[in-house]
Amino acid sequence: MRTGPLEILGRFWLLLILVFLYAPIAVMAFMSFNASPFYQLPFEFSTNWYRRLAGNAEIIDSAARSVLVAIATTVVATTLGTAASIGLFRYEFRGKRFLQVMLFPPIAIPWLITGTAMLIFFFGIGLGRGTPSVIAGHVALALPYVIVVVSARLATFDVTLEEAARSLGANAWTVTFRVTLPWIAPGIIAGALFAFAVSFDQFVVSYFLAKPGDSTLPVLIYTSIRKGFTPEINAISTIIISVSMLLMLVAARFSNFGGER
Amino acid sequence: MAKVSVRNITKTFGSLKALDDVTIEFPDGGFFALLGPSGSGKTTLLRTIAGFIFPDNGSVRIGDLSVEHIPVEKREIGMMFQNYALFPNMTVADNIGFGLRVRKCSPAEEMRRVGEALELVRLDQLGNRKPHELSGGQQQRVALARAIVTNPSVLLLDEPLSALDKALRVDMQIELKRIQREVGITTIFVTHDQEEALTLSDRIGIMRSGGMVQVGPPREVYNNPANEFAAGFLGEANILDGKMEEHCLRLSDGSAIPLPAGSVHADAFAVRPENISISSNEPGNGKLAKLHAVLRQRIFAGAMATCIVDVNGKTVKVIARDRDIPDLPDGAPVWLSWNPEDTVLIPRSPG
Repeated sequence: MRTGPLEILGRFWLLLILVFLYAPIAVMAFMSFNASPFYQLPFEFSTNWYRRLAGNAEIIDSAARSVLVAIATTVVATTLGTAASIGLFRYEFRGKRFLQVMLFPPIAIPWLITGTAMLIFFFGIGLGRGTPSVIAGHVALALPYVIVVVSARLATFDVTLEEAARSLGANAWTVTFRVTLPWIAPGIIAGALFAFAVSFDQFVVSYFLAKPGDSTLPVLIYTSIRKGFTPEINAISTIIISVSMLLMLVAARFSNFGGER
Repeated sequence: MAKVSVRNITKTFGSLKALDDVTIEFPDGGFFALLGPSGSGKTTLLRTIAGFIFPDNGSVRIGDLSVEHIPVEKREIGMMFQNYALFPNMTVADNIGFGLRVRKCSPAEEMRRVGEALELVRLDQLGNRKPHELSGGQQQRVALARAIVTNPSVLLLDEPLSALDKALRVDMQIELKRIQREVGITTIFVTHDQEEALTLSDRIGIMRSGGMVQVGPPREVYNNPANEFAAGFLGEANILDGKMEEHCLRLSDGSAIPLPAGSVHADAFAVRPENISISSNEPGNGKLAKLHAVLRQRIFAGAMATCIVDVNGKTVKVIARDRDIPDLPDGAPVWLSWNPEDTVLIPRSPG
């Protein structure tokens, strides 16, 4: 392939972007294998922090809780969001436009405000703080993303496929599971990834809604940084990033990110 | 197999009357074309028979069954869509077998019937392909196989050939007719292409603004259009006004057109362009209908040629074999003549 000066410049630019995105992460991953707790160089390889991490019940617990909350949020938000998208796509009803427009403000409202509102609300209805409230709050945050992503995929769906299936004798249930869902599957996968990310990333709302001692990983990281940083955080973060990057790669491989198959 | 009858169907969308008291019979085993311009209600009628649309009034019967309150999935129909609507995530065989699986057919039975259907549409080798790997014509055949594999009582076709290019369309027309005959299924076919309607069907219904204008065998509708609209829509027609007199229709320039046998009252008549002969001198045969005209333009198109002529300020089209047209310059006076039987009298449609 011929490479002109413009192309070389383009590649350099791409490289810069990647460095900008990944350098901090790389430094963190690098430091998680450094023996010094104060980031001192020269680098001395050690798996000490990973071993200490295995014994740190607080971090392991909160990481497990984060994963659990994120999975619960993903399942609930993706199911509800997909059903809502199909409903909005298939049926005309009063107030449909209003509902669709009202999906967007929660994306724009600062999480601090949403979090405060949720805290007041959950106390108001007697649910209080705790993991169920955290999951409910995360579902509320993730739902608009799922609906937007799945609806975007649905917009490319040809309704005559549903009509064809019905003309062949399929009831609404069969039509949905055999025709509609297979078509929007890439959108659902993308929506689920969004839901997982929104929940797993979530600090503000979790901070408000989690019981002290029952915190999720981002909340724990925040509080432990305030108390004095330990490289164990680097270790757990490195593990999480590796796992989530692997997940993303797998998802990208299978879904093409909601694009045409 | 079953006949389909529609009685006094009315359907309104908002303020638009899509179907206005339509009554029509679709004979058992027949190939019926619903023809009309867009907005004439032909698709609404088809979708009402299918069960996608429920009529405001009137009844729909498929065989002996009253179906106007039964949804599409329970009507036992087969339908072919304009864009084929093949399921993109399924193979050709799975597409065709969909209706059988919905009906809880055993896998062995499904395989056998899908195989037969594939053979019927001559795609035996392509069962494992995905729809996007097929050509337009092949997708068409898959859609047809899928629609008939469940042995529906009626086959509904919604402009199924309009997405194909012309050469392929003619092939598919022949193919469609062969398969329809072989299966013997009552078929209702919506099209805006009059040539397609004439080629395929054994009965035609011409629709306009939600109503049925004329129903009959293609040749009859073509030769004896019920009104100006039917004459103009089905094939080309030159329509001229005249006053009814005892044995003729008098035109404004005084020329008299002899009336065909069994005439009804009329104040206009139509002649098909291909029925008119053109000559430089007045034809001697006194029995012919004759008109004086001025040649405006001659358009050569191989074996045939089209002449645009002017009769009292009205444009008339003549299609004839090129060598039968006298060699005359534009603007030359000519005579048009035709057999009196080719004069189609038309009562002016009211309004």
